[in-house]
Amino acid sequence: MSLARHVDPDEIIKTLHNHPSKAHRHHMSTKTATSTFTPYSSRYASQQEIAKFKIPQQGAPADAVHQMLKDELDLDGRPNLNLASFVGTYMEREAEKLMIENLSKNMSDADEYPAMMAMHARCVSIIAQLWGAKKGETAVGSATTGSSEAIHLGGLAMKRRWQEKRDREGKDKSKPNIIMGSNAQVALEKFARYFEVEARILDVSEKSLYRLDPELVKQNIDENTIGVFVIMGSTYTGHYEPVAEISNILDEFEAQTGNDIPIHVDAASGGFIAPFTHAHAGGPKWNFELPRVKSINTSGHKFGLVYAGVGWIIWRDEAFLPKHLIFELHYLGGTEESYTLNFSRPGAQIIAQYYMLIHLGFEGFRAIMENCMANARLLSKSLEATGWYTCVSDIHRPKGQHVLKDPKELQSPPNRGDETSADYNAGLPVVAFRLSDEFKKTYSHVKQESISTLLRAKQYIIPNYPLPPKCEKTEILRVVVRESMSLDLLDRLITDIIAITEQLMNTDTMDLAVFQPGAATVEKQHQSKGHDHMNKHKAERPMSKGVHRTVC
Amino acid sequence: MVHLASVPSDKAAKAPLVKGIENLGLQPNDGEDEMTASVYGSRFAAECLPMHDMPEREMPKEIASRMIRDELSLDGNPMLNLASFVTTYMEDEVEKLMAEALPKNFIDYEEYPQTADIQNRCVSMIARMFNAPTHNENESSMGTSTVGSSEAIMLGTLAMKKRWQNKRKAAGKDYSKPNIVMNSAVQVCWEKAARYFEVEERYVYCTEDRYVIDPEEAVNLVDENTIGICAIIGTTYTGEYEDVKAINDLLVEKKIDCPIHVDAASGGFVVPFVVPELPWDFRLEKVISINVSGHKYGLVYPGVGWVVWRSPEYLPKELVFNINYLGADQASFTLNFSKGASQVIGQYYQMIRLGKHGYRSIMMNLTRTADYLAANLEHLGFIIISERGGKGLPLVAFRLNPKDNHHYDEFAIAHHLRERGWVVPAYTMAPHSEGLKLMRVVVREDFSRARCDSLIADFKLSLKALKEMDANAVTQHAKHVKKHNTASGKSKHNHTHYKNEKHSLQGKTGKTHAVC
Repeated sequence: MSLARHVDPDEIIKTLHNHPSKAHRHHMSTKTATSTFTPYSSRYASQQEIAKFKIPQQGAPADAVHQMLKDELDLDGRPNLNLASFVGTYMEREAEKLMIENLSKNMSDADEYPAMMAMHARCVSIIAQLWGAKKGETAVGSATTGSSEAIHLGGLAMKRRWQEKRDREGKDKSKPNIIMGSNAQVALEKFARYFEVEARILDVSEKSLYRLDPELVKQNIDENTIGVFVIMGSTYTGHYEPVAEISNILDEFEAQTGNDIPIHVDAASGGFIAPFTHAHAGGPKWNFELPRVKSINTSGHKFGLVYAGVGWIIWRDEAFLPKHLIFELHYLGGTEESYTLNFSRPGAQIIAQYYMLIHLGFEGFRAIMENCMANARLLSKSLEATGWYTCVSDIHRPKGQHVLKDPKELQSPPNRGDETSADYNAGLPVVAFRLSDEFKKTYSHVKQESISTLLRAKQYIIPNYPLPPKCEKTEILRVVVRESMSLDLLDRLITDIIAITEQLMNTDTMDLAVFQPGAATVEKQHQSKGHDHMNKHKAERPMSKGVHRTVC
Repeated sequence: MVHLASVPSDKAAKAPLVKGIENLGLQPNDGEDEMTASVYGSRFAAECLPMHDMPEREMPKEIASRMIRDELSLDGNPMLNLASFVTTYMEDEVEKLMAEALPKNFIDYEEYPQTADIQNRCVSMIARMFNAPTHNENESSMGTSTVGSSEAIMLGTLAMKKRWQNKRKAAGKDYSKPNIVMNSAVQVCWEKAARYFEVEERYVYCTEDRYVIDPEEAVNLVDENTIGICAIIGTTYTGEYEDVKAINDLLVEKKIDCPIHVDAASGGFVVPFVVPELPWDFRLEKVISINVSGHKYGLVYPGVGWVVWRSPEYLPKELVFNINYLGADQASFTLNFSKGASQVIGQYYQMIRLGKHGYRSIMMNLTRTADYLAANLEHLGFIIISERGGKGLPLVAFRLNPKDNHHYDEFAIAHHLRERGWVVPAYTMAPHSEGLKLMRVVVREDFSRARCDSLIADFKLSLKALKEMDANAVTQHAKHVKKHNTASGKSKHNHTHYKNEKHSLQGKTGKTHAVC
């Protein structure tokens, strides 16, 4: 074996490449790269690199740049095979056209785009109704860039309300805290960090089905608790957290101590699933029907079926959104109130959201969500039927049953043809699975990570990551079944997973070591330089190990 | 911003547009065949669009998209909107690129590594454009893309606050009363940033003839609790560049340890090309972070901004969350998570497509057009408040000469121009000079000399028409336009609960927030 040495690809290209200034002398005709040439006959095809770190002195023709960038972007993954993400990757041609026509519209310009603003108001209204907004209360809401912004806004409103209350009572307001499960998405923790609220991150366990544990909530709330984040659809395993149960605990707490602690439901993924599926949220209420739920957020770009860039937050009544946080903006013809972290931003996604809502209607959404659930059940059952895998998610198990008790029952799935998600546990159409204990015993050399790596070679992206802290010994592979995951694609996926597992069972340890992650490009080295250069930075955070690879 | 929308009650939702036709008995269109019916022959054309509740059944896609397109035709014409800095024109090639990138989620580094690379290249180009200390190995500048300058400013404020807190904690001093010094002409997001992150706002107020920050006064406001000073390159009202160098020099001279954040939302892509010799960026040692909007003079459609820090020292690490992708740690500092990738790709396209030369040509043309417009308006009797000859943003801010004793004001002219489709806003100036009304025309890339000539012609007509009206008619007319021709005047989704807030600069002093 030859000695390994570091090879810098950029350096090689630089030395072997004709220097552009020389090239120009030999290729006078291509120097100007006028638009009569095709992109590949211009100097950018071979003689000159695209600028990477400095804005070039001279520009380049539009068609050449378009083609070069397009070619470069081919290296990105295929959105449809990205099974790691909840974010929508398919929209109908009509909707796409509508979005492209409106790419240049600015959501913050109410003066100029009144029709778009009206659509925004209608979306808020429709979504509030969907979540059971109550009569006699004035629900109020806004579009955001995504659920992160929505969570920041929801949390900030809770913090401010708590501060106002403490001010009235003349009590100390320097130590607010907020409750969430350790399965929470990183945005929830960001809120606590950026807005200086102590994050009480409660461990999840197998017993609590990897969700917020009501028992622990009971032990951790006090007079300084500004609120509880409850997640409708854990990103790890797709379980819905028990909103009603937590609400009851907080009711009891209020009865005992007089402290009224609100709930914010983070329904980033579940907000557009639970209202439509026959399984609903699995029984008890989760939305504004519970008086303690003061605000709910969702991502329009997840199961709201829109491309990335839209989220929603609704408060059950304007009383829960402190006036102090609202800014009134005067325009030429009127005034608008604003409560957002972003200002100018694209409006196309909001138009697309309205399109999806009225085009699909309740039944259309229901049909899509039921399809996703059915496909997710099929995938889960197929994986378990191999005996090699166990599912941590439980949407494919009969209602009320959370773990696989008897492998035999898999053999005869009661497929009556008219079954719906209501016959099963409620949850997100997510399949979180791991190698079964038996498999691990027999093939101890097979690492679960390798399955993810090998699937990547087939273009599928299925991440492998540990469960939240305290359960981090269990690693899971996760597949999000989006609407674009048709039965045909699912068929391919199952075949490929089985083929790859078989391949791994038959390879030895040496060969497995060959599978390495890809090399870093020069930009990648550059990007982490900021902190890595000085001292390898590791932010101190309880989730630093578990949460970072989950994308939503 | 997206505005807070209230959800109307059932009664309000059912109310007819015109009172008294509740029981109008129209023959319903009970056409069954939805798939073959033409758009306007289907029953959907005879029903009102769902507004408050989701419809039970589906609607065919051609019909849904046609109905929405029809609704949107009521939006204004972006080309005639001279109030906004935000880009409304991009080349076909890049529009196509952006459309193809619509399904991509920018935050998903694992799936779209190339898009992430492109972001890093943009940061590098922009940092160099701002003269970041790239020659120094120890000071590696860093930056990120944002949704816009608001997010960038929030991040900048947060970093300054955290750094100040850490410093105070290390010195064992109280860190509960941070404050920030800024000009009262700041954009509303500065107020928001201070409010939401609980930092006291300290304003340097404008005066009758000074609309920018006074360096002396600003530095005098600094005390041990000051997290930083905000300087604006291109104020939204008059487009002037604030004297960052003077603030910097004063801080150095007095040996005060206080950082400067430069809000170059509008000017960041103008100054480096029009007046490259003006020192306002990282060449000044106290400037630690700069934000810029890619969707203003960066020439990209809305949805992209940038913020750059001089060195990691100014970005406390507890604010940065690590995201692991493909074996490499990617540090992330954002308020938003998932967002579209199109705009970042659009930014990269513009930078390599235009190059410095292309940007310079465009910005110089805009400066020329702005000067031309200013000269014409001056001739029509207006007082020009904005700078000319590239000493400020390519915009024209002007007001009526009070000596002429007009019976109409700037708002009346604005309403008159509105009738021709132009959106030329009138504003009330920042506090302590709020008696001052002004109008503003933003010269954007697509505002050519030819269009400028049509605007001037309409200005002349409007002035003539106003002169012929008496004072009473002018008020009546303004009311009429407000009621019938302007957008938000008839918006019903406004929220009465939050009306007339008294906590912001606007609530307290009547300053209007300029659109940007």
